[in-house]
Amino acid sequence: MKDFIIPTDDRDMGTPASKSDKMVTLTIDGFDVQVPEGTSVMRASAEAGIQVPKLCATDSLEAFGSCRLCVVEIEGRRGTPASCTTPVADGMVVHTQSSKVRRIRKGVMELYISDHPLDCLTCAANGDCELQDMAGAVGLRDVRYEEPKAGGFVNHFEARDTGGDVNPQYLPKDDSNPYFTYDPSKCIVCSRCVRACEEVQGTFALTIEGRGFDSRVSAGAAGDDFLTSDCVSCGACVQACPTATLQEKSVIEMGTPERSVITTCAYCGVGCSFKAELQGDDLVRMVPYKHGKANRGHSCVKGRFAYGYANHADRILNPMIRDSIDEPWREVSWEEAIGFAAQKMRGLQDKYGKKSIGVITSSRCTNEETFLVQKLARAVFGNNNTDTCARVCHSPTGYGLGQTYGTSAGTQDFDSVEETDVAIVIGANPTDGHPVFASRLKKRLRQGAKLIVIDPRRIDLVKSNHIKAAHHLALRPGTNVAVVTALAHVIVTEGLYDEAYIRERCDWDEFQHYVEFVSDARHSPEATEMLTGVPAEDLRAAARTYATGGRGSIYYGLGVTEHSQGSTTVMGIANLAMLTSNVGGNGMGVNPLRGQNNVQGSCDMGSFPHELPGYRHVKNPEVRDLFKQAWGVEIDPEPGLRIPNMLDAAVDGTFKGLYCQGEDILQSDPDTKHVAAGLAAMECVIVHDLFLNETANYAHVFLPGSSFLEKDGTFTNAERRINRVREVMKPRNGYADWEVTQLLANAMGAGWTYTHPSQIMDEISATTPSFAGVSYEVLEEKGSVQWPCNEAHPDGTPLMHVDGFVRGKGRFMITEYVATDEKTGPRFPLLLTTGRILSQYNVGAQTRRTDNVVWHHEDVLEIHPHDAEVRGVNEGDFVKLASRSGETTLRATLTDRVSPGVVYTTFHHPDTQANVITTDYSDWATNCPEYKVTAVQVSPSNGPTEWQEDYNAQAAQSRRILPAAE
Amino acid sequence: MSDPTLPETMAEIFARHRGQEGPMLPILHSVMEAFGHIPEGVVPLIAEELNLGRAEVHGVISFYHDFRKEPAGHHLLKICRAEACQAVGANALTERVLSKLGIGWGETTPDGRITVEPVYCLGLCACGPAAMVGNRVIGRADEAKIEEALA
Repeated sequence: MKDFIIPTDDRDMGTPASKSDKMVTLTIDGFDVQVPEGTSVMRASAEAGIQVPKLCATDSLEAFGSCRLCVVEIEGRRGTPASCTTPVADGMVVHTQSSKVRRIRKGVMELYISDHPLDCLTCAANGDCELQDMAGAVGLRDVRYEEPKAGGFVNHFEARDTGGDVNPQYLPKDDSNPYFTYDPSKCIVCSRCVRACEEVQGTFALTIEGRGFDSRVSAGAAGDDFLTSDCVSCGACVQACPTATLQEKSVIEMGTPERSVITTCAYCGVGCSFKAELQGDDLVRMVPYKHGKANRGHSCVKGRFAYGYANHADRILNPMIRDSIDEPWREVSWEEAIGFAAQKMRGLQDKYGKKSIGVITSSRCTNEETFLVQKLARAVFGNNNTDTCARVCHSPTGYGLGQTYGTSAGTQDFDSVEETDVAIVIGANPTDGHPVFASRLKKRLRQGAKLIVIDPRRIDLVKSNHIKAAHHLALRPGTNVAVVTALAHVIVTEGLYDEAYIRERCDWDEFQHYVEFVSDARHSPEATEMLTGVPAEDLRAAARTYATGGRGSIYYGLGVTEHSQGSTTVMGIANLAMLTSNVGGNGMGVNPLRGQNNVQGSCDMGSFPHELPGYRHVKNPEVRDLFKQAWGVEIDPEPGLRIPNMLDAAVDGTFKGLYCQGEDILQSDPDTKHVAAGLAAMECVIVHDLFLNETANYAHVFLPGSSFLEKDGTFTNAERRINRVREVMKPRNGYADWEVTQLLANAMGAGWTYTHPSQIMDEISATTPSFAGVSYEVLEEKGSVQWPCNEAHPDGTPLMHVDGFVRGKGRFMITEYVATDEKTGPRFPLLLTTGRILSQYNVGAQTRRTDNVVWHHEDVLEIHPHDAEVRGVNEGDFVKLASRSGETTLRATLTDRVSPGVVYTTFHHPDTQANVITTDYSDWATNCPEYKVTAVQVSPSNGPTEWQEDYNAQAAQSRRILPAAE
Repeated sequence: MSDPTLPETMAEIFARHRGQEGPMLPILHSVMEAFGHIPEGVVPLIAEELNLGRAEVHGVISFYHDFRKEPAGHHLLKICRAEACQAVGANALTERVLSKLGIGWGETTPDGRITVEPVYCLGLCACGPAAMVGNRVIGRADEAKIEEALA
């Protein structure tokens, strides 16, 4: 099957599109053009196919009007207005070319070129330079301005003037960022980078310093370079730069790309669309795709730059096996490895029973791959022992939103953040975890929308350049339910709820019951203040802001779900939105921010042990029958084992074999020692991954994985958007992951015959109602669709619950706060909570193998200066972090981002093994682990703990690979 | 290296300007009054106070020549180098003044007494060459008048 590439219109229209409904007709160069009111003359011309020369304008940024190249003549108006800053008017007659504007443009261009090096042939932007293009477009043939031979006259691009003196205007290249360079000598000071940093990214790291001839782009203040400035390396400035001034180092090294493929980023749940630009099958760069509906042309440092892991020396390309984990690995053929694995797994089933083996699907792999892995368990193993890493992140979302609304997914699309008036961010840190969404939210906040942050830590959204949260409720970790219920208490008792909406859309009787519950004085902010640490007045004010501030959106993350009451908090959030009629319209809703690229998809695809694809319970005989028809096998009516149950059963000796695709449960799951014991007790662990990850230390079969660049498929992002992943290059390991699963299934007797993932999608759509209208043909045509996509919604569903809740009547759930069993005491007086940092991703398997380590090369413990002082801990000290589960060491940093009594760290580095500390407490409904609350003690330390040393010794031992020749 | 009183002084300046519309330039003027220049250390403090990027603060400061990076000498002498003054001998006057003080443009005498800077038009074109010492403008400037003003 051929690879589709959408024919795209990537032209730069010069200025952003106008959103007006009113149309205006004007004449440009004799052509009648109809465009929305508010469109610039430049964009109207582009719509008509006429490109007005330009340098400082680009359609991702508001018009600026500084370069004076885009001047046009308009009949009846004086002078030569800039077409980028001039809005269209009805009946306007525009001439984009005349002898007058030609002369002006040529003169402007001549001045630009007089201060620009003429090294086009050896320049990194050769062939991809707007300055070069415009010099051509205006017909510049000569530059009359010459430097006097005696010296004294200076430009910006020569290190010495003609007299041989040092040129004070010459600045050397800034190479500090690992991914791009800033070469001031090529800068034309169009300000596009500065504006991109402000308007698109919202970081405000760049400025123009000085004035007149002295004007320069500057990152940060005096003395800063790009790396030390506020720059977050999102690449928006590089994207905006019309010259080689800001240029990817990969392009400098390799040259300009010659082909491109549109695909989807494999990092977080935002699901940004990218153009992978290549020479042959060498990836030159990833460029955010302007027609991507989740990211609208923006990117972050991970998706834009951190793709080098696919070619890292650590990547394993050959299958390997061993009989026991104390042996070194043996490299073998695919045939031998698959045969070995299949024989072992069938052998285990023969010996220990059908249910003694299982699978773990990956939220990083495609929908099609995930579908096949759960099908492997259900149709080939003959059990429901399938679970996914979503167990440890968003399983409470599935449960909580399913119970209240009837679907387990976010209710609105990312675009609709532009219509939001009040946003609540709870238990999420979007600037680090979901940066492109954060940029879109920040843009809306700068336009005046209000923000309420509910988080124990002062995340960047609370206060950073040009944005400030209206309320920050810095609660004690583990008290989400108390806070959310108290918010509802205020809304109900102060009469701020929308009775008409509730009567129409929700179950009124249940609401009465809920009102009785939530109005009780024990839920008042005054009563919960002692517990939560949130001042009652702040909480009341926040509740009023959300209830009365207009269109409200709630965005939440793992700080909500990864608790013993994760599902309860999700339901509490759902209650808040129903109370205030904030579900079902534009700019309002409830949205889980999914951690990984395909958490939504892996949940949709039936990865959970109790649910077949489309969230249908395995107990349901009609659904089982449907899959029996499709697969020709009986589906087990009993739910299978969840990940923690698999590990428990392994320790008990009843669970013996595991196929784990694209996930590192040893590093990412809680209570590492328990996970290690479970894995060690199994007789066949098959790890299917790019790298010898931590789990592979306990594996018997290693099947090399393919990166997202090497396969076709789809990812489903946090807004239910099904995006195409396209094969950019052939798999370096020989097979795409879905092919490997098929090989294993067939070696176990399955007889599958898929030749392309589109056939798997056809099977998904034939069996799963919410995907009924999805096919690769539809995705090619529309770019992407948001499920449900079926006969009723052929174009997909950007907003859910528009005419009423999916489940029928919205259901208010009782949300009683029950404190976690994980409590602080004299031995463990501090509360540890964990999170993510911008430059690293999840367990770090990918990002640690890129230059992103310059921003974060080790996990550090954030501790309040007060807590540090009483423990004798100084900035940068090694400290021991101990909990009831275990202990580890890492460096401390002192900050008041965390409150006294709370410490915080990330889990990106296996050396730290933060999950040695976390406990095996979990959500009451879904077993989602309680990562976010652990009682700990911090004390000064000299170095690694015994556990860390033992662990590293075991890992080194386990990672040995026999030379192939032996 | 930085002035230990800086955070305290800045807190006082911020308190004075809080609630003001467009507070950046008034704050910078207060900083000039307090320190005679803009110490580099104030940039992050102003950024924090006004919730701006420090790049933006740097952009504003560097736009205005009068927001000095280092303190000036006891007297700040500005001599006009605009066309009208050049036409009536400003260049020759400058050369004499600078060589007598033994410094160049923008420099301060070793004893810290006098800094000389160029200025482009003081609005005294009819009676050039023009100069300025502190806030006092001097028309038909010559060495004697300048010396007197610097006394």
